[in-house]
Amino acid sequence: MITTDGLRKSYGEHEVVGGIDLQVHRGEVFAFLGPNGAGKTTTVEILEGYRPRDGGEVSVLDRDPASADGDWRSRIGLVLQACTMPAELTVRELVELYAGYYPHPRAATETIELVGLTDKRDARTNQLSGGQLRRLDVALALIGDPELVFLDEPTTGFDPSARHHAWEVIANLRELGKTIFLTTHYMDEAQTLADHVAVIVAGKIVAEGTPDTLGGRDRELSDVSFTLPAGSTVAELPGELASSAQLREDGRVHVNVREPARSLHALTGWALERGADLGDLTVGRPTLEDIYLRLTDGQQEQPE
Amino acid sequence: MSRRGVFAHQFRSDLSRFWRNPQSRYFTLLMPIVFLVIFATIFKGTTVVDGRRIKITTFYVPGIMALGVISATFVNLTQTIVTQRENGEFKRLRGTPLPASIVIGSRAVVGVVVAVALSALLLVLGKLLYNVPIPQSTMPGLIVSVVVGAAAFSCIAFAISTRISNAEAAAPAINITVLPLYFISGVFVPESQIPKLLRNIATVFPIRHLAEALRGTFTHAHGSGIAAGDLLIIAGWGIAALLIAARTFQWSPRSD
Repeated sequence: MITTDGLRKSYGEHEVVGGIDLQVHRGEVFAFLGPNGAGKTTTVEILEGYRPRDGGEVSVLDRDPASADGDWRSRIGLVLQACTMPAELTVRELVELYAGYYPHPRAATETIELVGLTDKRDARTNQLSGGQLRRLDVALALIGDPELVFLDEPTTGFDPSARHHAWEVIANLRELGKTIFLTTHYMDEAQTLADHVAVIVAGKIVAEGTPDTLGGRDRELSDVSFTLPAGSTVAELPGELASSAQLREDGRVHVNVREPARSLHALTGWALERGADLGDLTVGRPTLEDIYLRLTDGQQEQPE
Repeated sequence: MSRRGVFAHQFRSDLSRFWRNPQSRYFTLLMPIVFLVIFATIFKGTTVVDGRRIKITTFYVPGIMALGVISATFVNLTQTIVTQRENGEFKRLRGTPLPASIVIGSRAVVGVVVAVALSALLLVLGKLLYNVPIPQSTMPGLIVSVVVGAAAFSCIAFAISTRISNAEAAAPAINITVLPLYFISGVFVPESQIPKLLRNIATVFPIRHLAEALRGTFTHAHGSGIAAGDLLIIAGWGIAALLIAARTFQWSPRSD
């Protein structure tokens, strides 16, 4: 669906994209992660045909986007990072206007329903909230029934409920068999939506894989955490837990363990002997966010 | 849809956006009418144009018509283009299969249609309020002047829009261009009261030529009503602007 090989782009002396290789397969949700200024939007705009590249090979839907024509454009849908909607038109009018641009558009009513704007279909766009505008943007990207959809930071600035609603919409797109290229700097978004993830830092891909294996996460230690029973100390914990446990400022003990089953067995046995129930015991893995922060450590955010 | 069908589809939408936008309704449509009424109320009597003595209202109807054509095309389009470029709307449209010629052409044709409608409205109001005769034998010349003027000033809008970096700067940039010219080009003030030096400066720019071409159809300065010399100068400005616009026109916001 999308292939890049050694893609490069510089602005003056500053190399923004420093030779990246990407593979996006049909029907998958691909998340492109990175801090601001890492080269995400520049890369996406090259793939969308907005910007020329300086080097490397790019193929999107078997075409070079630099020589894109109307036929190619009718097969892709775009949600740009920022776009103001025409204040004088209603949701339905705008969606129907865009439908007229495409050879085989989806039905307007159904597309408005897909993004959850049926209640607002007769409202002018200047009466919509930020989240609703973004969903309208998604409706416009979908109206041409594209094979491939680019979503550039689709939920930036959303409140949590608007974000979850947008995620449902994106999950629906995947059900429709669309290929989705998503840029984001929210880890939970990539975690929830993506089949594949690539992390770009300072114009280079520093990691890629599935959200669960990124950065060797599957081989990481587990994190066991609980509050010490009253009257106990860290030193009294059983076996090797006593030596590796950390008591943090919030009063919770965190232990990174390699074999969680064995460690928990020892820990819970120890607690039962003391009549404690460890009511707030949690076992977790380092989150994608932890991995991402480590990968992008020391990268100062730069304006795009 | 055929290309013509897509154009009609886009045109209908752009026209209804123009009509629903309060700013374009008041500034483009209402303002010229207000100007006509104000000038006709303040200034009374007659003035001399091209050696002929005419009613002051016969002077103002074609002058304000020139202003209306320029408002509907140059002023309105420059504001629209800069706003829609900077807010990302043009960029988004370039991501669809809609041909660039339709994006541009539809907005320009809206300007021309509004210019023609506004000219007709001013003609009727001139007749009803001030009994300014509607040109008969010179009507073809009047229509040609309005259309050539509207087309040329649309092209000038496309050329100048690339020099304006944001929507807030558009209105001042437009006003500083047209307001002084209205005063020295025989739109606001009868030419007999304008010093020769200023009149000569105005001759370089197309506004005076549009006002003259339109006024000629009321004063019968030209037999057929077609002021060939003035129209050629206006068209020259339009073609030069079109060439500049074709080389410099931008779709993406300046901030990109």
